[in-house]
Amino acid sequence: MWKTVLRRILIMIPQLLILSLLVFILAKMMPGDPFTGMINPNSDPKEIARLRQEYGLNDPVWVQYTRWLGNMFHGDLGQSYIQKVPVTSLIWDRAVNTFWLSLMTVVLTYVIAIPLGVTAGRHQDEWQDHGVQIFNYITFAVPPFVFYILGIWLFGFTLGWFPISGSVSADVNPGTLAYFWSRIYHLILPSILCALISTTTIVQYLRTGIVDNKVEDYVRTARSKGVPENVVFNKHILRNSLLPIAAFFGNTITGLLSGSMVIESVFSYPGMGKLFLDSIGQRDYTTLTALILLFGVLTLVGNLLSDIIMSIIDPRIRIK
Amino acid sequence: MAKDKNTSKKDQNAKTSLPPSGFKIIVREVWRDKVAFVSFCIIVAILLFTFVGSLFLNKSQVTEINIAEAYYAWGESGHVFGTDDGGRDILKLLMMGGRNSILIGLSVTVLCEGVGLLVGLFSGYFGGVTDAVIMRIVDFIQILPQFPIIIVLTTVIPNYNAWTLVLLISMFGWTSTARYFRAFVLSQREREYVLASKTSGSSNLTIMFREVLPNITSALVIDVVLMIAGNIGIETTLSFLGYGLPTTTPSLGTLIGFANDPVNVTTRPWLWMPATILLLIISLSINYVGRALQRAGDARQREN
Repeated sequence: MWKTVLRRILIMIPQLLILSLLVFILAKMMPGDPFTGMINPNSDPKEIARLRQEYGLNDPVWVQYTRWLGNMFHGDLGQSYIQKVPVTSLIWDRAVNTFWLSLMTVVLTYVIAIPLGVTAGRHQDEWQDHGVQIFNYITFAVPPFVFYILGIWLFGFTLGWFPISGSVSADVNPGTLAYFWSRIYHLILPSILCALISTTTIVQYLRTGIVDNKVEDYVRTARSKGVPENVVFNKHILRNSLLPIAAFFGNTITGLLSGSMVIESVFSYPGMGKLFLDSIGQRDYTTLTALILLFGVLTLVGNLLSDIIMSIIDPRIRIK
Repeated sequence: MAKDKNTSKKDQNAKTSLPPSGFKIIVREVWRDKVAFVSFCIIVAILLFTFVGSLFLNKSQVTEINIAEAYYAWGESGHVFGTDDGGRDILKLLMMGGRNSILIGLSVTVLCEGVGLLVGLFSGYFGGVTDAVIMRIVDFIQILPQFPIIIVLTTVIPNYNAWTLVLLISMFGWTSTARYFRAFVLSQREREYVLASKTSGSSNLTIMFREVLPNITSALVIDVVLMIAGNIGIETTLSFLGYGLPTTTPSLGTLIGFANDPVNVTTRPWLWMPATILLLIISLSINYVGRALQRAGDARQREN
């Protein structure tokens, strides 16, 4: 068990290195350097050149790369060109916001998907199943942003049930109950929309799992012992069908991070995705580089989690 | 041994009872599915609307800015869907934008399927070290954050245009196709027709392209249809965020992007609503046909 996990983590090291190399190349392709922001009519070109020399921007590329990598390990992601603050502090607030949105979305995804999958599997080929299949087809086919736009238009603007932008109202003070409620209130619509559209794979796998498990011997045994039908489905069968879904957990997180850009843009929600889009609009390249690296690392970690969860659940993977 | 004989007999049976390509059967299945047939008709109608409609339009004329006519509502002074902030006719933008989005989706798909098919064929057929190396590369590309990288590249690449966008999206898109076909070829490479061809001295290339490839054509068609829908989604999402097609080229995503402004959402629904609905219909119908093809393909495999 631990061997598998250890080996899986070791595989991640070259992946991280290649990722960092790619991000570094991408960063070098972006115009400007950390001192471009200081240039103004009064600045002395010689002074800028001296700073460039001092900070090693004239060194060979690979020396710059190793230094950059070293800084990353110390948690130094550089200074933002535009905001003139360390990138780490800029990202931190946004990361917290994205975390809450993602957490709520993950919870809601499972809360919506599991009953749907169970119903569809239990009533295979009946009207409930057909209903779920249609729902599942729509979530599969429709591009998420179209779904979000229609959602915010209907529930945010037309019906006015939910706020349409931001993460908290301006008129509440941090620390109060009203503040907490306002944050939750701002999360409800985006997370429900996000969750609805992310259920596709989970519902599909759960349905297939239940349909397959329904005819197994252990189910017949449970039934013949007189276990009530609801318990057979909700305990015996569900538990066995949940296994493949648990493995999606890591991937779900990954998907949310990459999708955060779209949902945060539609709801003007101040998270990492919105920060990325704002930074690209302002050409804030240090922040962009840091964010891409962060997105990449988080994706790798999500994949790692998935694999580890899989190896815990399914012993066959461990043996290999 | 006995099992081997059984399967070979089964294969022969399948060959005699089926036409050379199982594709006809799949088409027949989809034909019978009424919803799939209706979806197919809708796709044809949309293609006619966007492509034939665009034939009568001149790009520079459509995208010409005429502030005096800005923000006409539905049906005002001859503009069926009104006009946008630059006085451009939404109906015309819709035709051209729809055509551009569909064309981008098609081009990306052709490129991805081409590269993916070749890589998948080689990887699956040769196996071993070749396969291991290729698959590690595919794995790695698939875990890269696709959208952030594409968006950054769109802003740093000089002379950025629609074709650059196609290349950028394809850079990530081919991996899933390669994986899909690799799995398919892996299942074929130990089949008797491949072994027989090998014994009779055919070269690897001949076997790959003359023997194995025809057997995966139906899988190819299904993948192409589903992928077109997916790629239209990617392009419109990027354009919606403002980093897809250049602003001078109309796209459904750019039109839907008008909804980023709260004023437009509430008071000028004609700007974004038609494009949203058109994209919704395109996605739903293409995907439905794809799913129907998939089901028919699965059914054919079960028969074998």
